[in-house]
Amino acid sequence: MKQTRTVEIVTGFFIILGFIALYVIATRATNIRAYGDSNGYNVTASFTNVGGLKVRAPVTMSGVAVGRVTDIRLDPKSFNAIVTIQVNGAYREIPDDTTASILTSGLLGEQYIGLSPGGSDTFLKQGSQITYTQSAIVLENLIGKFLSSGKATSGGK
Amino acid sequence: MRLLREAYYIVLEFLEMLGACVLFLMRLIRLIPQSLLRPRLIFQQIFSVGGMSLVLIMVSGLFIGMVLGLQGYNTLNKFAATSALGTLVVLSLLRELGPVVTALLFAGRAGTALTSEIGLMRATEQIAGMEMMAVDPVRRIVVPRFLAGVISMPLLVGIFNAIGILGGFLVGVGLMKVDIGAFWSQIHSTVDLHEDFMSGVLKSFVFGIATTLIAVFEGYYAQPTAEGVSRATTRTVVNSALAVLALDYLLTAFMF
Amino acid sequence: MAASSQKNTDNVVEITGLKYRRGEKLIFDRLNITIPRGKITAIMGPSGTGKTTLLRMMTGQVLPDRGRVIVEGRNIARLDGDELYELRKSMGFLFQNGALFTDYNVFENVAFPLREHTKLQERLIHHVVLMKLQAVGLRGAWSMMPGEMSGGMARRVALARAIAMDPKIIFYDEPFTGLDPISMGVIVRLIRVLNDSLGLTSVIVSHDVAEVSSVSDQSYLISNGKVVARGTPEELERNKSAWVRQFLEGLADGPVPFHYPSLDYATQLLGEEST
Repeated sequence: MKQTRTVEIVTGFFIILGFIALYVIATRATNIRAYGDSNGYNVTASFTNVGGLKVRAPVTMSGVAVGRVTDIRLDPKSFNAIVTIQVNGAYREIPDDTTASILTSGLLGEQYIGLSPGGSDTFLKQGSQITYTQSAIVLENLIGKFLSSGKATSGGK
Repeated sequence: MRLLREAYYIVLEFLEMLGACVLFLMRLIRLIPQSLLRPRLIFQQIFSVGGMSLVLIMVSGLFIGMVLGLQGYNTLNKFAATSALGTLVVLSLLRELGPVVTALLFAGRAGTALTSEIGLMRATEQIAGMEMMAVDPVRRIVVPRFLAGVISMPLLVGIFNAIGILGGFLVGVGLMKVDIGAFWSQIHSTVDLHEDFMSGVLKSFVFGIATTLIAVFEGYYAQPTAEGVSRATTRTVVNSALAVLALDYLLTAFMF
Repeated sequence: MAASSQKNTDNVVEITGLKYRRGEKLIFDRLNITIPRGKITAIMGPSGTGKTTLLRMMTGQVLPDRGRVIVEGRNIARLDGDELYELRKSMGFLFQNGALFTDYNVFENVAFPLREHTKLQERLIHHVVLMKLQAVGLRGAWSMMPGEMSGGMARRVALARAIAMDPKIIFYDEPFTGLDPISMGVIVRLIRVLNDSLGLTSVIVSHDVAEVSSVSDQSYLISNGKVVARGTPEELERNKSAWVRQFLEGLADGPVPFHYPSLDYATQLLGEEST
């Protein structure tokens, strides 16, 4: 029979090495920081159009990542989109009159939510709703507006 | 007309093998709880199945990672997008190359060893002997090996990927002078824990089950002669490879 | 010992009307065999008559097409997996090549059934294993690996393993084949001694007439799927049947022909090609 001590040592080494490798990859080579912040709190925002916004899209303020989109669903009564944002626990002093806008990164990139701070003295907390929102800019509507305004000006001349 | 008949037989044979394999799997699963009472046996097998493949996997991972770094750099350079090299290396490894290449190497190294070991026991009547002593050879011999394979595969893939990323890093940043900050920051923002990492882990589990199952199945049902064992070993490699590649497509289509 | 059997307590195994086919060939044709308790019974016959298959039927590894195999009062074909395993715990089986586990040493091999079936402490197992090895004369070889031993020694270790659980019946599949005269003598002596001292019932399948005759209490001679003769070695010696004479005396030609069935020699030579 093979020497059991060597067997056990090498096996143990192999198993530990495997788990370490998996752990290192998971923590160092992925976007794990964007997940599961146990300190975080959830707020909601209502949009008439979320455009191409996806769950797990980043939420930034002044370009700094402060949270993630965790849920997008339709309000059956108002037919608006209700977006749930999980805000990082480190940011507890976001004024409750902050505006949430759906922006596009780059010209044709991913959509994300950008927060512009208001001036209120009361802050967002668990369950708050962001009242001021700016929906996504849909490219077709924009082109449509441009064309019709072009007609208006040339027609009016 | 003859060709059609040939094809018909091949399909029938394939279905038969698939069915027999799955039934065998059910039998193995039913015996797992009993087998867990003897962890010593399982550890012994993890050593021979996983531990002995370690060096092969590590070296292969390093080379594949380095090639990814090299090829990736050459291609991205044409689009002046070399800062995406890190993402390219990590995504390729985690999603596809890690699970698939490791599974193929595993089938070749550990799979054939399992098949020939069990087949030889069958040929020298050790399995019949065990049955005569009222010990279920499937529980005693096959299940520990099966569990060892299923446990070892994800770990091996993890090691393969980690070293592969290291290889890509060494070539990309060390050799081709890609900016180290760009290399890692893009990775952190693009590689997703669920979509990329977890799906890779899922793939390695599935591949582990498939390759180990095929290996022990071929060994257990091999013809009890020297020729029978060697043919079974060949079948293990071929069938494992086909199964892994087919499953890879199915899983990828399902997950992405 | 076996007061619990419903039927004959004199016979450990009763085979009646056995019929078994493999492919086209009828291997057994209405065979009847009884194995009496406490005695050594031999089953002899030319190669290929299915003697080993008969042993496998007694242990439940092969099921008959027709007829019944009753072991210790129970019909083997009716037992389910668990009951069969229970029955096998009281049987010992010596394979032709020993079938030792190649990656365990002698001690581990003999200890195997004890470790699997009993919850005995290691110290106790240690004693039992050494005892069994002593019975076959190999106590000093406990640390050897099967690959390091001669065929005769391997077979003795296998025997020690077969008696490890103190079985009631022990089956020997060609135990004398391929051994030198000394080893053969050892096995012959062991079979007799173990049978008597442990109160076993032994079934030997073999075609080594001389060895078998020196040790068996009763022998069956099987040919073409039927029992051709039965009796004590002395009774068989006196048997005048052509089959028996050819087998016991090792005659090249007789009821079992020298020539394999073929076309007329002259016809085949003179240009009528084969097939």
